[in-house]
Amino acid sequence: MTEPLLRVRGLDKNFGRVAACRAVSLDLWPGEVLGIVGESGSGKTTLLRCLSGELEPSAGTIEFRAAEGPFEDVYRMGEARRRFLMRTQWGIVHQNPRDGLRMRVSAGGNVGERLMAAGERHYGRIRAEAVAWLDRVELDPARIDDLPALFSGGMQQRLQIARILVSRPRIVYLDEPTGGLDVSIQARLLDLLRRLVRDLALAVVIVTHDLGVARLLTDRLMVMRRGEVVEEGLTDQVLDDPHHAYSQLLVSSVIGA
Amino acid sequence: MSPSARLPAQSFNFAYLDEQTKKMIRRAILKAVAIPGHQVPFASREMPLPYGWGTGGIQVTAAILGKDDVLKVIDQGADDTTNAVNIRRLFAKTAGVRTTTRTAEATVIQTRHRIPELPLKDGQILVFQVPIPEPLRWLEPKEAETLKLHALEDYGLMHVHLYEDIATHGRIARSYDYPILVHDRYLSSPSPIPKFDNPKLDRSPALLLFGAGREKRIYAIPPYTRVKSLDFDDHPFSVQRWDRACALCGARDSFLDEVVTDDRGNRMFVCSDSDYCESRRGTTAPEAADD
Repeated sequence: MTEPLLRVRGLDKNFGRVAACRAVSLDLWPGEVLGIVGESGSGKTTLLRCLSGELEPSAGTIEFRAAEGPFEDVYRMGEARRRFLMRTQWGIVHQNPRDGLRMRVSAGGNVGERLMAAGERHYGRIRAEAVAWLDRVELDPARIDDLPALFSGGMQQRLQIARILVSRPRIVYLDEPTGGLDVSIQARLLDLLRRLVRDLALAVVIVTHDLGVARLLTDRLMVMRRGEVVEEGLTDQVLDDPHHAYSQLLVSSVIGA
Repeated sequence: MSPSARLPAQSFNFAYLDEQTKKMIRRAILKAVAIPGHQVPFASREMPLPYGWGTGGIQVTAAILGKDDVLKVIDQGADDTTNAVNIRRLFAKTAGVRTTTRTAEATVIQTRHRIPELPLKDGQILVFQVPIPEPLRWLEPKEAETLKLHALEDYGLMHVHLYEDIATHGRIARSYDYPILVHDRYLSSPSPIPKFDNPKLDRSPALLLFGAGREKRIYAIPPYTRVKSLDFDDHPFSVQRWDRACALCGARDSFLDEVVTDDRGNRMFVCSDSDYCESRRGTTAPEAADD
């Protein structure tokens, strides 16, 4: 691989006078898992929303490279193209499953949505795909017609993941995927994520404030504070030998990370 | 009928609406015809009947009506229901146009929830009363978003809805207001006609105009335009069938209404299109009752 999948340069995002992200630059390579850690309000989620095409940055460029294509600026391409990429090339798993799922549509419909948006018009094939993906994220395929509200929090997270992976994306954005889950469910979800990432050669950007999650899943880590990236490096490097004062504080405040 | 009954009431402009309003509506109609299936906003006026009773339809009818037109108004297929009778009377009084119950004789037909069984001809205009013109409204509440979905031809959402129907009922259970794709481009609502009538929209020789008064939208399907009802490859679109004939005229090819005849569970099935049923039986509707 000679070129990254995603190239971000000088990204700023302001909300009025509040600078949520300042001069963020990063490269994301195919098959790589990038972690973004930092305290609440440090701009992690804002950065993720900018990357995933949901929130236009105030300044800077985000360029995506589709298979064997040239780099395209996510916010300068037409909206039709952006929406197409958003539902085929990448997807975002929201912290709150209610933001990422259609709560009035059954699990099967949720998983099938991207297929239908891409023009699949065969009910049997959509259903077969949905069953296969539910199975793959360890949901009982017999519950394909249940509404998401009948699923537990951890199951809703997995449903969100299935809903995105069905279009074979190249990047998955995860926003606090384990937030609000109990520890045993967290571990299972992490196992699942790790396996999917390796099997499908996904590039992943994962926002978390849980350094344990970062340690388990990510190859590379970015530490954010007040909208700026204060430290960046290989995960083990950053966690074992933090350089920036804030990273040191963050690492030292966690037991056994 | 005395000759004076044919004269328009003096206190109204021809066909009730003022000329400026009619001009505005005609412009919207022209644009709607130019972009088949696209909803064109218009400055809907207050009409002398409540929203939901056909305010959009009568504004369109008023704008296109000429002195030589022959008007027919149906409600659920019938010429003799309150709404149909009153709208027909309104235009008989304010425009002095000839009215009829015969589908074949009419040049303008205003309808609520049905398309006449008798095939429409070149030169006829069918005006639909539409409550909710936006087919995606119950799936996507934001108007800005539905506009965008139309602009980008992003109609996967409607198929998610149909998928849910099959998942729940084993088939597409939606039986009226069945979504259509007009001229392979715009997703549209055919108004709450039964899906039985959807095939009649496809390449219809008549001009089809849709007016939504409360929602302030006009759209159109020009003559001979392709209209496709959405479906899945393995669950194709199909219309309702009855295993019996009309109890009055014996028709097997028309849309049947179930009519309860007493309180002991007896019921009969009759044509919903009253003109079709009567012409098959060779009787004439008591038209004089109108005026």
